[in-house]
Amino acid sequence: MRETNGSAGEAMPMVRFDHVTKAYGSLTVLNALNLDVAHGEKVAIIGPSGSGKTTVLRMLMTLERINDGVIYVEGEPLTHMERGGKLVPANQRHLRRLRGKIGMVFQHFNLFPHMNALKNCVEAPVTVLKMPRREAEERATELLEMVGLGDKLGHYPSQLSGGQQQRVAIARALAMRPKIMLFDEVTSALDPELVGEVLNVIRKLGAEHDLTMLMVTHQMGFAKEFADRVCFFYAGKIAEEGPPEEIFANPKNERTQQFLSAVLEAT
Amino acid sequence: MNEIWDWAYTWEILPILARASLVTIQATILGFILAATLGLVFAILRMSQSPWISLPVAGFVEFIRSTPLLIQIFFIFFVFPEFGIVLSALTAGILALGLHYGTYCSEVYRAGLANIPRGQWEASTALNLSGYHTFKDVIIPQAIPPVVPALGNYLVALFKETPLLSAIAVLELMQTAKILGSETFRYTEPITLVGIFFLVFSLVTAALLRQVEGWLKRRGGG
Repeated sequence: MRETNGSAGEAMPMVRFDHVTKAYGSLTVLNALNLDVAHGEKVAIIGPSGSGKTTVLRMLMTLERINDGVIYVEGEPLTHMERGGKLVPANQRHLRRLRGKIGMVFQHFNLFPHMNALKNCVEAPVTVLKMPRREAEERATELLEMVGLGDKLGHYPSQLSGGQQQRVAIARALAMRPKIMLFDEVTSALDPELVGEVLNVIRKLGAEHDLTMLMVTHQMGFAKEFADRVCFFYAGKIAEEGPPEEIFANPKNERTQQFLSAVLEAT
Repeated sequence: MNEIWDWAYTWEILPILARASLVTIQATILGFILAATLGLVFAILRMSQSPWISLPVAGFVEFIRSTPLLIQIFFIFFVFPEFGIVLSALTAGILALGLHYGTYCSEVYRAGLANIPRGQWEASTALNLSGYHTFKDVIIPQAIPPVVPALGNYLVALFKETPLLSAIAVLELMQTAKILGSETFRYTEPITLVGIFFLVFSLVTAALLRQVEGWLKRRGGG
């Protein structure tokens, strides 16, 4: 339990990690992480595997409980709720209310295999947002058209390529009208020739929507071109952060230099 | 009357046994509906985060699985009335079959649920689906088709255990055959006919199950 930080107003960032710690047993994955993401900001999270970067997204999506600290969304605690001036761990009801602001796209798509593309994008708006089915289907169709799959509405995930599945997954997440979108290595499971089509959809989202985005990525070129800010994670901490031009052209931290030269060598 | 097989007697008792087979089929179908439903409930309750729910259910399932069905039939029919629960023999029998096989079915469902990739649960959470809709719309439709063959085996197994209901005088096939035999002192025909009834029904059920499995496979292929 800790004191609430009082007036959560306009000035609060879209997302705030306040001294967030996550440990699995004796292994500390994230160590007192502080990170603010502004409204509409696009943040790329890079770093070696095991540096805790995916955990950042999973905690924000409430897929993982945190051990210490507080995560705020639009100034409101996500992981906790206020009870008599104190913050106590959030219950399911609180989590469900705040989680609605966040959408996530996974490395392995995680589409529902027994539903076609349209149904994948209709299910949650109907059952969670209580949207009339007709309206949900119209919106889902628009979203699937936006990701270039207007002709694949009746296709099941098994009938789609990896890139197509991932684009359905993006449409599915957008159908819930999130304010924040999380992309967890969304091109890592794709064949190289399919990466471009998914990145193009994300580019389009960035240009057309007022979304705040956090992405864990190994696509350094994309991070450089797309992100407003790059955070380099090392051993559960942000070792270095800044505008992509700076991080990629002139990294100051030795770990960042090593990581970038290793990654660039590989490509 | 000393011949090994008496055809006249056979034709005489055949309609009586055919009528009794309806009781056997009724006990099988109702017992299995109960088992399949209870099994799913047990399996889901055992997944509960709260040990106050999962542990008692796990204990109950183990207890039922580890005690003979015959004792459970007797318990429900003879001991429940002591607590004011008086059931007809057929109802008690169906309840016992449903409970007993429900615990077996719960293990089958558990395996099916355990095989659902974690990503499906996580996607459901990320889409903010409630626990109810996660189970109903995402998890169960994927968990059940692969376990239909295993559930089908228990349907056939349950069917073959219905003669135990003769122990509390339910007039199903076995009990009817015993009565016929004791009236005429000819057991060969009634008992053999009961065996043939079971053989035919088992084969028909197995064939139907294969149809259902094939249908599920085609459907699962999208």
